[in-house]
Amino acid sequence: MPEARVIPLRPDDEEPRVPPPGSASWEEQVAGGLEFLRRRVTGDYATDEFGFDPDLTDHVLLPALRPLFSRWFRVETHGVENVPDTGGGLVVANHSGTLPLDAMMATVSLHDDHPARRRLRLLGADLVFDLPFIGSLSRKLGSTLACNEDAERLLTGGELVGVFPEGFKGIGKPFRERYTLQRFGRGGFVTAALRTGAPIIPCAIVGAEETYPMIGNAKTLARLLGLPYFPVTPTFPALGPLGLVPLPSKWLIAFGEPIETASYGPAAAEDPMLVFNLTDQVRETIQQAIYQLLLQRKSVFS
Amino acid sequence: MPPAVVLVTGVSRWLGGALAAELARDRAIDRVIGVDTVPPSPEMLRRLGRTEFVRADIRNPMIGKVIATAAVDTVVHMNISSTPAGSGGRGPMKELNVIGTMQLLAACQRAASVRRLVLKSSSAVYGASSRDPAVFTEAMQARRVPSGGFARDSLDIEGYVRSFARRRPDVGVAALRFTNFIGPRIDSVLTSFLRMPLVPTALGYDARVQLLHEDDALAVLTRATTGDFAGTVNVGGEGTLLLSQVIRRLGRLQVPLPSPALGSLGRFTRRFGYVDYSPEQMRFLNFGRVVDTTVLREEFGYTPRFTTEQALADYAATVTPVIPPEVVAGLTGRAQGLVARIGATAGSVGERLRPTPPPPGLRAVRDA
Repeated sequence: MPEARVIPLRPDDEEPRVPPPGSASWEEQVAGGLEFLRRRVTGDYATDEFGFDPDLTDHVLLPALRPLFSRWFRVETHGVENVPDTGGGLVVANHSGTLPLDAMMATVSLHDDHPARRRLRLLGADLVFDLPFIGSLSRKLGSTLACNEDAERLLTGGELVGVFPEGFKGIGKPFRERYTLQRFGRGGFVTAALRTGAPIIPCAIVGAEETYPMIGNAKTLARLLGLPYFPVTPTFPALGPLGLVPLPSKWLIAFGEPIETASYGPAAAEDPMLVFNLTDQVRETIQQAIYQLLLQRKSVFS
Repeated sequence: MPPAVVLVTGVSRWLGGALAAELARDRAIDRVIGVDTVPPSPEMLRRLGRTEFVRADIRNPMIGKVIATAAVDTVVHMNISSTPAGSGGRGPMKELNVIGTMQLLAACQRAASVRRLVLKSSSAVYGASSRDPAVFTEAMQARRVPSGGFARDSLDIEGYVRSFARRRPDVGVAALRFTNFIGPRIDSVLTSFLRMPLVPTALGYDARVQLLHEDDALAVLTRATTGDFAGTVNVGGEGTLLLSQVIRRLGRLQVPLPSPALGSLGRFTRRFGYVDYSPEQMRFLNFGRVVDTTVLREEFGYTPRFTTEQALADYAATVTPVIPPEVVAGLTGRAQGLVARIGATAGSVGERLRPTPPPPGLRAVRDA
């Protein structure tokens, strides 16, 4: 017999549906839900200076992403032991898939699969924070603007920072270029790591490329809407909102061995040659890891 | 060395008056001169004590005469209006802020006795946009330079004060960039905004808000006037809250409106002298602003007594909530009690239905 769960939808429903007796601690779950509602209505929770709302993240946003993580994409996480339990670290990953689902999945993976349940603080483009709803939700999930000031502030505070140096070039690339890394920005993430002495943890994500295979780009429409690209996939916009359902590809996320930066000293951030070399090293490592994961994966959907 | 003669502009407003009263209590200071265009209220006048009040407009060269004849050595410039409602429209507000500051600085430059200038500036100089870093330090500049309103005025005023400091290097200049004031007595843009039972906000956005309690604002101003800190410093309480959280903690109802509608509502309410929804205020409501206060604590040497949360709680005591937190707690508590009762009943029914009771002290484990 499957377990029944009561999830309160309306706070003033006086009689929650009684599940069959025998299900474990449903009262506690309802009580927890009511307590959560009380906190939300009275504002009795903490947020940080970046707008991160751990209460909302733990009780709404992460649970909402979990079915996608474990059922839909069946994400397998490798190499969590390479991510330190405490202290700052810069997780650098490849970006793909038209919509930043890879960023969400990496967040869930580090929270659920890492023994220290680490929170990944993502860095996003300013466009993200300009958009209504998406911008404020991203901040509540722990994201902030991709700029050196914020990255260094988070790293000094001992946070795990997630960055996708390819940016829109990576996420908005056509399907035929899948799993080839684009240019890695201007190396801003390396200077942030050097200045704070935080290790760089390369991360390869396989599976996101096939969620929304982008076969075309409506550039004129994108320009009209002020977006960096307007994706055309086999299902979008042909099937309308149904086209927003991602294909259930099999995902693998692998964290590689940390690249230590503390020994260079903060002054090394002013040495462009070192920054370029480190950027290339990280890029190569991720590209190799992607190829290895692709070999491991039996097929796109299994 | 404490100042001998202090001139405070904008003394008829709460913070200016409170500062003058505080300085007047300090026996080490010989004279405290308060200047404003409108006379202080009788209640304020009582508080001001031995402060001499001069009714003068800082836009008028007469201010120079006051400074020269009284041999003022410390000038505290606080006559900066943050809302058009208080000064009779945006035109007069800009005139008072920008031209007033220029006149005051011109008078200070001529007066050889002046050796210290304290400017009440604002963190609005950092602007508010999606391109902002989460936390501004004093060395950073606005990513999107404010184009109008109070923020633009603050930027202009700081610019004039900087050029004054260049021309009079012997004068110690302290520019205090305050975050939003809050407290039971102070009257600020934010306090009147949050006093409304229904608080309109921008749909889909949630600003990060950093507050400063009025007592801390007063303490920082007093310290800046009597101390010798020179430079620019951010002044704000520790910690931040989201605007939605602030509204919920005050028991207000948040009314999210699409930004264009909020703009027309702003024009409508401004006409009646209520809350100001100028474009820059709107951007603040969308993105918010947080400043780093390391310089305040380490170089200026003051740690605010109230955090953002505590300052809000102190203010909350003066507003009657629309949704009282006790009622919410009572409701959820009662619902929780009900759930527990139902759970207990269901459990006992289940137990009675089962032929053999589980051994005591062990949890019942039932298989399907």
